[in-house]
Amino acid sequence: MQSLRPERRSRPLGAVLLVAAFVAATLFLPGGARAEDAAVQIDDFAFSPPSLTVKAGTTVTWRNKDDIPHTVASSTRMFKSKALDTDDSYSFTFNEPGSYGYFCSLHPHMTGKIVVEPANHAAQ
Amino acid sequence: MSESKKTDDDRGVNRRKVLECMTWAGTGVLWTISGGVPRSLGIIDQALAAEPSKLTFLQISDSHVGFDKPANPNAIGTLQEAIGKIKSLPARPSFMIHTGDITHLSKPAEFDNADRAISEAGLDVHYVPGEHDLIDEEVKFYRERYGKNAKGSGWYSFDADGVHFIGLVNVMNLEAGKLGKLGEEQLKWLQDDVAGRTASTPVVVFAHIPLWTVYEQWGWGTDDGARAISLLKKFGSVTVLNGHIHQVMQKVEGNVAFHTALSTAFPQPAPGTAPSPGPLKVPDDKLRSLLGITDVNFVRGQQRLAIIDKPLQG
Ligand SMILES: [Cu+2]
Repeated sequence: MQSLRPERRSRPLGAVLLVAAFVAATLFLPGGARAEDAAVQIDDFAFSPPSLTVKAGTTVTWRNKDDIPHTVASSTRMFKSKALDTDDSYSFTFNEPGSYGYFCSLHPHMTGKIVVEPANHAAQ
Repeated sequence: MSESKKTDDDRGVNRRKVLECMTWAGTGVLWTISGGVPRSLGIIDQALAAEPSKLTFLQISDSHVGFDKPANPNAIGTLQEAIGKIKSLPARPSFMIHTGDITHLSKPAEFDNADRAISEAGLDVHYVPGEHDLIDEEVKFYRERYGKNAKGSGWYSFDADGVHFIGLVNVMNLEAGKLGKLGEEQLKWLQDDVAGRTASTPVVVFAHIPLWTVYEQWGWGTDDGARAISLLKKFGSVTVLNGHIHQVMQKVEGNVAFHTALSTAFPQPAPGTAPSPGPLKVPDDKLRSLLGITDVNFVRGQQRLAIIDKPLQG
C-alpha cells in the first residue's frame, strides 16, 4: 500500500485512480469486514438498477450521467445527497438489513430501492 | 400546431369541451383567449398591429444560467439574446414574470449572472422558483433574493391594471413517486386570496411545473394542481402560465387556459419522444428557433389575453 501512494499521485486522475482505490479497498480491508462496494448509475432520469440487493456493510455509490442534476434522497430521510451535477457521485453505507426506498427530490418520479441482506447471508 | 375547432361566435362556447393544442416552437402563433377558448388569429405582427392593448407583460422561463452542456454551452448568452429581444419590442411591456429555473444549480454566481442579464431589460420582474433554484444546501439563496415579501415557500399575488396575478410554488418538498406539489398551506392561502374578488376579475396564475398533467411518466404535472384550479372556478377568465417543460403547449378547459413557455436555455423533447426529458441536442442553426420568450397582452373590457410565443429566431 505504501508503495502504491507515490505512483497513484504521479498519474492522471480518472480510471487509474479508481482502479487503484478499488484495489486498495479490496486488498487492505481491516479484517475483511467490509463488503464489496456497489454502484447505481443515474442515467436518462432513472436509477439503474432501480432495485439493488447488497450485503450489510456495503457502500453504494450513485453517479449521475445525465446533463441535468439529480439527488438521491431516502424516502424516510435517512440519507440525502446534495444536488449531483453531471459525473458527481454520492455514497452511503448500508449497515442494517432492510429495504430502503429512495428518490430524486428534484424529479420525484425517479425512484429506486436498496435491499440490504445480513452480511452472513449465504445466498447471493 | 393544431387549431381550435371553435366557431367565430364566442358566446356559443361549450364550456365542457376540452381542447388541446400544441404549438411547437418556431411557429410564432398568436393565441387570443376569448371566453376561455383560444383562437389562432394569425401571425404575430399582423395581430399585434390589429390589437393595441392596455396591459402587456412578458413571460420568460427556464434560463438555467450555469448550464454549459452540449444542448447549449452558452445558456447565459441565449438569455442575453432573449433580453435583447425584449428590449427591442415596439411596445414596452409593463413588467416581466419569470416562471423559474433561473439558475441551473442555485449557485450564488449563477443567481448573480442571471440578475445582471435580466436587469438589462429595465423591467420589474416577478419570480417563482423552479426546482433548480432551490438546490443550494440551505435552500436560502432564492428566498433571500426574490422571496422576501412572499408567503410560505415563496407564493404571493399582486394586481396590475385590473388583472389579479398569483405566483405559486410547486417545487418544494416533493415526495417520492409524485408530481409537483402546492400543499395544504398554499391552497388555503389561495382560497383566502381570491375570496373577496369579483368573478369578472381576470386572473393569471403562474408557477414553474405545469399545474395540469402534461405527461405523468416524466413528472410533468402537479398532483394538487386541479385543486388550485377548482378554487378559481368562479372567475370568467383564468390564464395559467408555466415553464419547466421547455416547449410550448396549450390546453383549455372551460374558462381556464393553460400555457407553457419556451426556455431561454435549451429545448426538451415532446412527451414520450425520447428515453427521458433531458436536454434536447439540436443542430446549432436550429437552437434559437426552439428558445424564446412569451408576450402576453390583455385588452381591458374584453377579458381576453393574447399569448404570443416568440422564438429568439423565427
Ligand atoms: Cu432528478
